[in-house]
Amino acid sequence: MKTKDKSESSWNLSPAPESTDHIQLKKRYEHFINGKFVKPVKGKYFATINPATEVKLAEVAEGTIEDVNKAVNAARSAYENVWSVMPALERAKYIYRIARMIQERAKEFAIIESLDGGKPIRESRDIDIPLAANHFFYHAGWADKLEYAFPNKNPQPLGVVGQIIPWNFPLLMASWKIAPALATGNTVILKPAETTPLTALKLAELIQDSGLPDGVVNIITGAGETGAAIVNHPEINKIAFTGSTQVGKIINKTVAGTQKKVTLELGGKAANIIFEDAAIDQAVEGIVNGIYFNQGHVCCAGSRLFVQESIFETVVKKLKHRLESLIVGDPLDKNTDVGAINSKEQLKTINDYIEIGKQEGALMYQSSCTLPSKGNWCKPTLFLNVSQSHTIAQEEIFGPVLAIQTFRTIEEVISKANNTPYGLSAGVWTDKGSKIFNLTHQLQAGVIWANTYNKFDPASPFGGYKESGLGREGGLHGLAAYLNLK
Amino acid sequence: MTTIINNNEIIIPDFRNTPLIDQVGTEERVSRFTKRSIKNEAKEAGLSMVLSMIDLTTLEGADTQGKVKQMCYKARHLHDSVPGLPTVAAVCVYPSLVSVAKKELIGTDIKVASVATAFPAGQTPLKVKIADTQFAIDQGADEVDMVISRGRFHSGDYNYVFDEIASIKNICNDVRLKVILETGELGALDKVRRASDIAMHAGADFIKTSTGKIKPAATLPVTLIMLEAIRDYHEKTGIMVGMKPAGGISNSKLALHYLIMVKEVLGDAWLTNRWFRFGASSLANDVLKQIVKLRTGRYQSNDYFSID
Repeated sequence: MKTKDKSESSWNLSPAPESTDHIQLKKRYEHFINGKFVKPVKGKYFATINPATEVKLAEVAEGTIEDVNKAVNAARSAYENVWSVMPALERAKYIYRIARMIQERAKEFAIIESLDGGKPIRESRDIDIPLAANHFFYHAGWADKLEYAFPNKNPQPLGVVGQIIPWNFPLLMASWKIAPALATGNTVILKPAETTPLTALKLAELIQDSGLPDGVVNIITGAGETGAAIVNHPEINKIAFTGSTQVGKIINKTVAGTQKKVTLELGGKAANIIFEDAAIDQAVEGIVNGIYFNQGHVCCAGSRLFVQESIFETVVKKLKHRLESLIVGDPLDKNTDVGAINSKEQLKTINDYIEIGKQEGALMYQSSCTLPSKGNWCKPTLFLNVSQSHTIAQEEIFGPVLAIQTFRTIEEVISKANNTPYGLSAGVWTDKGSKIFNLTHQLQAGVIWANTYNKFDPASPFGGYKESGLGREGGLHGLAAYLNLK
Repeated sequence: MTTIINNNEIIIPDFRNTPLIDQVGTEERVSRFTKRSIKNEAKEAGLSMVLSMIDLTTLEGADTQGKVKQMCYKARHLHDSVPGLPTVAAVCVYPSLVSVAKKELIGTDIKVASVATAFPAGQTPLKVKIADTQFAIDQGADEVDMVISRGRFHSGDYNYVFDEIASIKNICNDVRLKVILETGELGALDKVRRASDIAMHAGADFIKTSTGKIKPAATLPVTLIMLEAIRDYHEKTGIMVGMKPAGGISNSKLALHYLIMVKEVLGDAWLTNRWFRFGASSLANDVLKQIVKLRTGRYQSNDYFSID
């Protein structure tokens, strides 16, 4: 019985792609300003590409300062004449309506999210879109209860807010930003990322259908320069940014000395810590979920794995085994676990880091999966023999690349986990409750998960320590960031 | 007797220290299996595999020779109007009906499995269990499905449970031994893992979830924990152990999700009826219905599928 059966054959899944027949995309999308789609003043457009096939999906408008001016005027007028004077209960109704409409069109949004961004349909269908709707539902509930959320603080809206979001969770980030701004009575200018603008523009269509008063939400597409025009605009009262630490620093310098409020949700290099008394098979699942979720394009990804040395070999063996069952490929296939890398540029960044990891002497391991010939792909990757001094343990890679280190004691792992300029999130795996509380008190991270990873809820504040950001989004903390409180 | 010999050392672990299991994480992993989409050729091949892995079972106080003969006919002729179907793997009966089943299945590859060791409660002395098992073997059983002493297990008397399994294994010789953990009575996934480890180290050829007499019977999370135990045991010893979820698996979709789980946890080597079985009485007809649907494009009513 020590040998495997000779009759062994393999049973493989047949392709199960989600149909795109019912998806309607326009050839060209304009800015959404004052309730209408309007041509960009300078008349320039750029293409948005499907990263899995390299096929152009649509053209979108490139925003300039002139477009931003128009949007700010619309948002200011809507703020002063409509949105800030409307009874809060009426505001809530609009937000609820948007939430319900996202649910109704969930399938369409999920497919477009996977087409435009490369993430597996399983994730956009089960995580991104339902969570996006949840953020609107949650904040709709607060709209007429702000006095109870902040008693005796006389909560007042800020005015016009500029919001700039990244490409890793396009619709979800739009919801994180728009829902609390609307609930607190502000009006919005949102700029989606240049590689993933489509679901935000579909959201603009949905907002049009919802009957939300014109100018309350404006969506301008474009790249960094468009974002800079928003950040620099003197008539904008608050900037909310999610993206890289590098850009976050520039924004913080720009708004310094102005009246603008700012919240920044930036990069991370989270420690995911596995103790020898953890439930190992489930911890391995948590490692996979921590770093390979959304191709590792997650600011809170568990990209630094710390394994207690006594279980190191067991964990690595199980992790390698689990890597083999991850299906990498067509984002629209319902069985895909890891989809396409979001852009050529990001793929280059990831590959450069993999090369650096190898050159610095870390031991690379990749799953044996085959990659499609066209598109941007990266195999699930892990590095052994890593120390805190390795570049791949210090810098955010934002891809499916895990750096594994060992540790001996609790003190050692806490000091190493905190030994980073970032501090967005962390994971702790142990069966011992007291150890969990000890670590959550000592780890410098905004979110710490115990025996799970990458769990999000609109009621839970999210944000970072140190260079991972300023302020919190979600929950009461997130609401406060959109209010003047006495 | 299977003891694990490595560098001339006998290694039997301390069963008080078996791996810990986190239930929430287990359920999360399971949800990934149930989200696999099994279509077209994969579905057809999978359904056929499910049929070939079924232990067609009747374990009632009211079982008669007539009932067992009818079931054995069904085992050989699942649905004659569809050509090319496999037979089930085995029929599973009480010891007193083994000889009847054995005679009905002469000339086929279908095995006769017998429950034994005072199934389902197992609350008798060891010598009675041995006699019960010996009787089933003497009657011609190819496989024996024994129950563990859950009471002793809960008392922490792991050595007793181990020795009892080893004693039964001792008289089994070529007869394959399936060890029923009755996971519905164990109370926690950590205990399922512990009982799995005890059974495999004591010589189980298969580990099996349930008698079918206790609810809940087989579930995906419980089966996942047992499959992971099998994988770890195989890694450590090189010995393959089979898995049999039993009870509560009555539809094709669920059965296919079990196969996905076996494939991703243990690999294709376990996807044969030598290493994986379903203990079920009503699963076969639902699978047949799906196969007919795949071939004809139409669902037929239950009355077109015989219910022996």
